[in-house]
Amino acid sequence: MSTDPMIAKDPMIAKTEADAPKVAIELVGVNKWYGEFHVLRDVNLTVTRGERLVICGPSGSGKSTLIRCINRLEEHQKGRIIVDGIELTDDLKRIDEVRREVGMCFQHFNLFPHLTILENCTLAPMWVRKMPKKEAEALAMHFLEKVKIPHQANKYPGQLSGGQQQRVAIARALCMRPRIMLFDEPTSALDPEMVKEVLDTMVELAQDGMTMLCVTHEMGFARQVANRVIFMDAGQIIEMNEPNAFFSNPQHERTKLFLSQILH
Amino acid sequence: MTSETIFVSSTFREPEPPPVSDRGPVRWVRAHLLGTVPQVLLTLFGLWLLYVVVPPLVQFFLVDAVWSGTNRTACLPADVGHPVGACWPFIWAKINQLIYGFYPAGERWRVNVVYALGALLLLPLVLQQVPYKRLNAIAFFGVYPVVAFVLLTGGNFQLRHFLLGYLGFDALFPRVAPGVSVSWVFWTDYVLSSVLLAALAGGIARVVAGPDAVRGAVRTVATIMVPLALVLLAVDVNFGLEPVETRLWGGLLVTLVIAVSGITVSLPFGILLALGRRSSVPLVKICSILFIEFWRGVPVITVLFFATYMLPLFLPDGMTIDGLLRALVGVALFASAYMAEVVRGGLQAIPKGQYEGAMAVGLRYGPMMRLVVLPQALKLVIPGIVNNFIGLFKDTTLVLIVSIFDLLGAMRAAFTDPNWATPTTLFTGFGFAGLIYFVFCFGMSRYSMALEKRLDRAQRH
Repeated sequence: MSTDPMIAKDPMIAKTEADAPKVAIELVGVNKWYGEFHVLRDVNLTVTRGERLVICGPSGSGKSTLIRCINRLEEHQKGRIIVDGIELTDDLKRIDEVRREVGMCFQHFNLFPHLTILENCTLAPMWVRKMPKKEAEALAMHFLEKVKIPHQANKYPGQLSGGQQQRVAIARALCMRPRIMLFDEPTSALDPEMVKEVLDTMVELAQDGMTMLCVTHEMGFARQVANRVIFMDAGQIIEMNEPNAFFSNPQHERTKLFLSQILH
Repeated sequence: MTSETIFVSSTFREPEPPPVSDRGPVRWVRAHLLGTVPQVLLTLFGLWLLYVVVPPLVQFFLVDAVWSGTNRTACLPADVGHPVGACWPFIWAKINQLIYGFYPAGERWRVNVVYALGALLLLPLVLQQVPYKRLNAIAFFGVYPVVAFVLLTGGNFQLRHFLLGYLGFDALFPRVAPGVSVSWVFWTDYVLSSVLLAALAGGIARVVAGPDAVRGAVRTVATIMVPLALVLLAVDVNFGLEPVETRLWGGLLVTLVIAVSGITVSLPFGILLALGRRSSVPLVKICSILFIEFWRGVPVITVLFFATYMLPLFLPDGMTIDGLLRALVGVALFASAYMAEVVRGGLQAIPKGQYEGAMAVGLRYGPMMRLVVLPQALKLVIPGIVNNFIGLFKDTTLVLIVSIFDLLGAMRAAFTDPNWATPTTLFTGFGFAGLIYFVFCFGMSRYSMALEKRLDRAQRH
């Protein structure tokens, strides 16, 4: 599914200037070790703007580490990572720039429990983008409406269900108006009846043309929105294909085994 | 299949209130006081304890107490004709000494103003409903200490040198005839020093971080130097107040000065030390650890002795530091080290996900700590923090050993008055002092509990 010009786009979703780099993310020969453990082994990947990638693989295969390297929550030791035209190095300024452009949702939401839903959403726009409070609140309400929980704005995260919390986390990330969204197993910690509401939100976001990288095992979601599915194992990309071909005709033995185990 | 395995609900039950028998005082007494044999025994033991403790105290402090009189004869059983409990006239006679120490009688209004101002600013700060919290906090933590300092000491410090003066450049400054209330030499020095510091900071920023950083560096210097100028000006100006040396201070005044300054210094300083100890910069980390472990490893009495009797030996000739100030600094540093460890406990309880959530939305280290991590960490360790405050409040009595007379010291001095030598003077005095300490400590304790409850209610899970 390519970006469909027929779908009405959310005007508040990040502006993609005409002259913005066509390549959103580029990984060249990325290697990372945790101590002696070689967790990412020579990963090469190019993501173009507007693309939606789903990354799957067994636990410990390095998929989370890979997307966490993209906003420098993890440091890579070898190779190059270029996000939105900015190469990630030790330079704090560049890390700040990249984090401003890249939103992220976590498995355990990581909302700030001492702040209300609204404050969770306005914190970064106010302190990072220096947006006036009124404006930040209007922006936050826009995105809370988008994820369908505007009436919970004055509650605290602990008072919401898991699905609602994850949708707030998506809204919080969107408030920084990122050009790229990373999802690290966003539905794995949810009760079964809440998975759908989060996936629906993500589908809608995909339809708005957001560049998305999702680590997930929701294969229905992958089929519905992904341009490409990546299978990782032992720190490397084993197979990459467009979703239909990936699911119906996996090539690598390891992929076949993995799919046979998760698609009963 | 039998009919027992298949069931489809055809009704929906609405929620109902709990049964009445679960409530009511009789039910409560039965459940909590007389439920089981051990409970009955414990209840009886509790009643016996109350019987043993409460009546004698009431007897001594209220029933048998003497309430008025002008000297010891009022409290002597032989003269009164019945057993005498607490000798309250002793307290009335000494009350000024207990509150002000030897602060000159004519100047005591200044202490009263400081007390009143403190209460006036503190009360709205701790009451949740009162608005303007930020302004109030600035007034209490920023302005009040300066005002209190000037009022208590008398101000008019006749400042002579700032940085350049100490470096030997003061000969270059213009001299204005004496009689002007502020020192022109000092203020010329101050302005020149500030400009020099700003230039220096700007220059370093330019070399290290490029021309964009110059403005920030200069602004940082300005945000330090301008408020400092206001503080120094307040201290320097002659308000016509009689100077009162700190060795004349005493009683509750000294207790509160040491406790309040110790509390207000130890919390922010302790937070910085705790952050420092968890820092990834080795130098910062090592310095924090050394500082904390040094002050934790040394008894507070040693610190006070050192500050009072040893420090002058190391200072250059002619240079003296006020005795009370030395004790204050000692207590504040000591309390900071303890506070740092309490805060560190809170920091360690914050899950890694909170840091990652904050970093992922683009917050840098400073805002991340200030807005996300510390509010949660400090909330967790409120009991520990207040515990430290209460300990500090009571530890102030230790300054007695370096001849500073706090409330307890003033009380002990009052005991030596032969005019009031009666069999119960000692008990009355200690009872009264204990009551005062208890009121302050219990107040802090209640406030911390209310605060915890309030914060808990806000973010119930």
